[in-house]
Amino acid sequence: MLRIKDLHRPGLNPFSLDLDAGECIAISGPSGAGKTLLLRAIADLDPNQGSVFLGQINREAFTAPEWRRRVGYLASESGWWADGVGAHFPGHEQAGALLPELGLPADALGWRVARLSTGERQRLALARLLLGAPTVMLLDEPTSGLDPDSAAMVEEILSQRLAAGASLLLVTHAAEQAGRLAHRRLRMEAGTVSEDRP
Amino acid sequence: MSFISLSPLDIGIAALLLVINAVVSIILRLGLARQMVIAAIRMVVQLLLLGLVLKVLFDLASPLFTSAVGLIMILFAGREVMARQSRNLTGWWAYGLGTTTMLIAGTVVTLFALTTQIRPEPWYEARVALPLLGMILGNTMTGIALGLDRLLTGTARERNTIEARLALGHTMTDAMSGVTRDALRSGLMPIINSMSAIGLVSNPGMTTGQILAGVEPMEAVKYQLLIMFLIAGGTTLGVLGSVLGAGRRLTDTRHRLRLDRMTAADGD
Repeated sequence: MLRIKDLHRPGLNPFSLDLDAGECIAISGPSGAGKTLLLRAIADLDPNQGSVFLGQINREAFTAPEWRRRVGYLASESGWWADGVGAHFPGHEQAGALLPELGLPADALGWRVARLSTGERQRLALARLLLGAPTVMLLDEPTSGLDPDSAAMVEEILSQRLAAGASLLLVTHAAEQAGRLAHRRLRMEAGTVSEDRP
Repeated sequence: MSFISLSPLDIGIAALLLVINAVVSIILRLGLARQMVIAAIRMVVQLLLLGLVLKVLFDLASPLFTSAVGLIMILFAGREVMARQSRNLTGWWAYGLGTTTMLIAGTVVTLFALTTQIRPEPWYEARVALPLLGMILGNTMTGIALGLDRLLTGTARERNTIEARLALGHTMTDAMSGVTRDALRSGLMPIINSMSAIGLVSNPGMTTGQILAGVEPMEAVKYQLLIMFLIAGGTTLGVLGSVLGAGRRLTDTRHRLRLDRMTAADGD
């Protein structure tokens, strides 16, 4: 599905990876190891070298917005550009159906962003990404601010997406979460990724 | 036309008013006496130089010298724009962007006024061209400085928001639209404010000057109106060019936010 070859940039040593359809690969490692840089480089948010293919198609063949709609990146800190939550969701009907699965009421679309808790922001940002139905998801600690129940709901949705054929590259500090979701586990240290064998 | 010429003595008497300032500063220990003396001396020297340069230029009546002085004015204005930023674009862009847009906006609007409305003989007459350019530049400079400052600080502050949109597949233009609009508004606000307050609150220097020099009030007002429209046009061109230009520079063809093309804020 996603084929990465010698992807590199300052702070990130050449990195190659094959991520299949329906596969989840978890990446862990200390803060500052370059995990976020790696996800950002795949999403093409920072200048980087190397090649990335989606299926048979080179990343360069897509415009950057097209690429990011297919290979969706969720930053650990969410960003909001309007005052109301609803303005961030193009399809309210779809969103209303998805939110309860994340433990949020459908009328959350009428809330003000300024009054959201950390956990609400995190789940809404994930919902926003999932509604675009990306083929590959690059998630940076999607459950770091969530209580165990909410985290379980997020994992459930991610499992469903994987079962439906989406791929997931997951940066997580929670070893149990990696154990539950990931088919393969990688470890990153000082910009270099290696196989993680517990 | 009644024109009352001032003697150096008249100016000297007026300068005595500065003594009041100095006394106040000394009594209240404001520590401003030194600064005030330096500022007053600078003002006298700069204005005398201006008078001399203009006199020479008017006598020369050379389009080449006139445009050279115009260019120097623009280069100084560019430096001023750069100095007023708390953040700047990296490299040549810090100076080049504001200066280039002022060069274009100032030249276009001044030439427009010279060739279609004021039409002096010859059209490049320094007596008309340079004061015109000066007034347009002064205001355009303020607009550009404010607009760029707002764009750069806003982009740095809204980094998360902008990148969240990019990550969702929005285009650079959409992602930057909030900060761009803010910056344009901030750059254009002074000219809008001064248009609405002119005549009621502020008394425009040019009208006052012309009336003192013996021009009929309505004639002076007509000139002021013309100048205000020119200033508004120049400011809009300059602010638009520099804010959109800086927006382009802070992004790239792969729709990335390039904060590496911006320097850190002063004091960071």
